[in-house]
Amino acid sequence: MKRLLILGAGTGGTIMANKMRKALAREDWDITIVDQHKTHYYQPGFLFIPFGMYGKKDVIKPKSDFFPVGVNVIYSKIDKIEPDDNSVLLEGGVVLNYDYLIIATGTRTAPEEVDGLKGDLWYKNIFDFYTIEGALALADYFKTWKGGKLVINIAELPFKCPVAPLEFAFFADAFFTERGMRDKVDITYVTPLPGAFTKPRATKMLGELLVQKNITIIPDFNIMEVDNENKKIVDYGGTEVEFDCLVSIPTNMGDPMIERSGMGDDLGFVPTDKHTLQSKRAENIFVIGDAADVPTSKAGSVVHFEADILEENLLCAIENRPFTGHFDGHANCYIETGYGKGTLIDFNYDTEPLPGSFPFPGLGPFGLLKVSRMNHYGKLIFRWIYWHILLKGKEMPIDSEMQMAGKKL
Amino acid sequence: MATKTFAGVSIEVSAEGYMMDASQWTKEIGTEIAKEEGIELTDKHFELIDFIRNKVNNGETLTIRGIGKSGIVDIKGFYQLFPGAPLKKATKISGVPKPASCI
Repeated sequence: MKRLLILGAGTGGTIMANKMRKALAREDWDITIVDQHKTHYYQPGFLFIPFGMYGKKDVIKPKSDFFPVGVNVIYSKIDKIEPDDNSVLLEGGVVLNYDYLIIATGTRTAPEEVDGLKGDLWYKNIFDFYTIEGALALADYFKTWKGGKLVINIAELPFKCPVAPLEFAFFADAFFTERGMRDKVDITYVTPLPGAFTKPRATKMLGELLVQKNITIIPDFNIMEVDNENKKIVDYGGTEVEFDCLVSIPTNMGDPMIERSGMGDDLGFVPTDKHTLQSKRAENIFVIGDAADVPTSKAGSVVHFEADILEENLLCAIENRPFTGHFDGHANCYIETGYGKGTLIDFNYDTEPLPGSFPFPGLGPFGLLKVSRMNHYGKLIFRWIYWHILLKGKEMPIDSEMQMAGKKL
Repeated sequence: MATKTFAGVSIEVSAEGYMMDASQWTKEIGTEIAKEEGIELTDKHFELIDFIRNKVNNGETLTIRGIGKSGIVDIKGFYQLFPGAPLKKATKISGVPKPASCI
C-alpha cells in the first residue's frame, strides 16, 4: 500500500483530497489528511463581516462535510516534517510515513511582527479582518463608531488576497455614506506598494477609483511601529500617519510547523518550483496554495487553478513520467467596489490584468477592469460555487491556464 | 531602453535607469549611479551591495525584511544608507533589476 499524505485541510488540501481519491485506486493508495481545526472558513466572506453583510454562520461549515469517502482524516497539530525520513511527526508523538507529501498549510497573520501592533489598542481601536475574530470585533466596533480617521495599512508583502484591502476601503466608503456619516470619516489607504496595486493598468484603474471615492492613498510606506499612545503608525523613513481606527493587514507568514521543519524562507513559505509545484527540498514533496513561495497571488482562485496542475504532476511523478503540468501563475479576483457593484481581474506570472470580457470572449458575462453589477453578483454566487463545486474538486467552466481570448491589449 | 555612460563605460539601462546587464557593473559605475541618487557610497554601502548582488545572482528574492536579517544593517540602518525608497535605490546602485513586487 502506497501512502499519500496531505498536510492542511483548507481550500488546497481539501480539493486535493477529493481529486486524488478519484485519481488513485483505493486498493493501492492510502490517502490521509491532517488538520488541527474542524471548522472550514469561507475566507473570502470575512471581508463582508465588518460591514454587517455576513455573520459568522455565513462563512463556516464543518471540514468533514467536504472530505470524500475513503480518505483518513486526522485532527491534530503537526509538529514537523522530516523530509529525509519521508515522515511527519504529529503533536503527541504520532509518526506518519508517506511516499508523497502535499503541503497545504497556508498562511497566517503574524501581528507580533510589527512593534506595537498587538499592543494596548489591539481589538480596541486596531483590528484585522483576515481572521474571524478580527472581522467580528471590527463589526461590533463599527456599529457604534462616531467617525474619525480610518486608516487601512498593509504591513508587508506578500499578503493573502491582495485586493481585499482595496475592497475594504471601497466598502467602508459605501457603508459610511449609507449611514449618512461619510463626512465624519476620513479614509486613508497606506501601502508598501508604489500605488494601489502592482501592475500598471490595474493600478491606474483602482487608483482612480480610490480618488473618486475620496480615499487618500499613501504609497511606499513600510511600517516600523504602531505608537499606541499617540495613535499613529510610523514608517522606517519617518513618515507618520495618525488614526482613530486602524485596520491592519499584518505580516503574512507560513505555518510555524514549516519553520520547525527547517523548510521555509524568511517568512516561512516553502521554496517551490513555480511551474511544477514540486518543492525544492525533496522530489516527493509538493506544495499548493499560500504555503508555497511562488510569485503569484495568495488567493483561493490560484489554489483552484494549481490543483489541476498538481494532480497532473503528482500522477506524472507516481508513474515515473516527466512533468506535463505547467502552472502559469493564473489568478482571478472579483473586486467589490461598493454600492452593489464590482470589478474583475484575470492575470498570470507574465500577463498583467487587462480589460475585456470573461470567461466567454466578447460575451462575458463579467467585465474585466470594469465596474459592473454583474461582477458583484459573480462574487456573491462564488460562495455557493466554493462550497458545492470547488472544494469537492469538480470541473468548472474556467481553464486553469489563463486565456488571452476576450482580453484587449 | 536607453544607453548611459558611467565611469567612461556605455551601459544599457531600462526606462527607469536600472542596468540591463548586471555583469557589467563595477564599483566605479556603482559610485556614479549613487551620485545621481545623491548618495556618497561608504564601505557599509559596498558591503550591502555585495550582499544584494549575491542574493540576486543566486536567484533569491530581495525583500526589506531579508536585508534586515543580512547581519550588515537592520532595516532602520538600511533606510539611513539609502534614504527614501531604499530597496529601489540600493538595487539600482547595485546594477541589478528593480525588484518585482508580486501580490
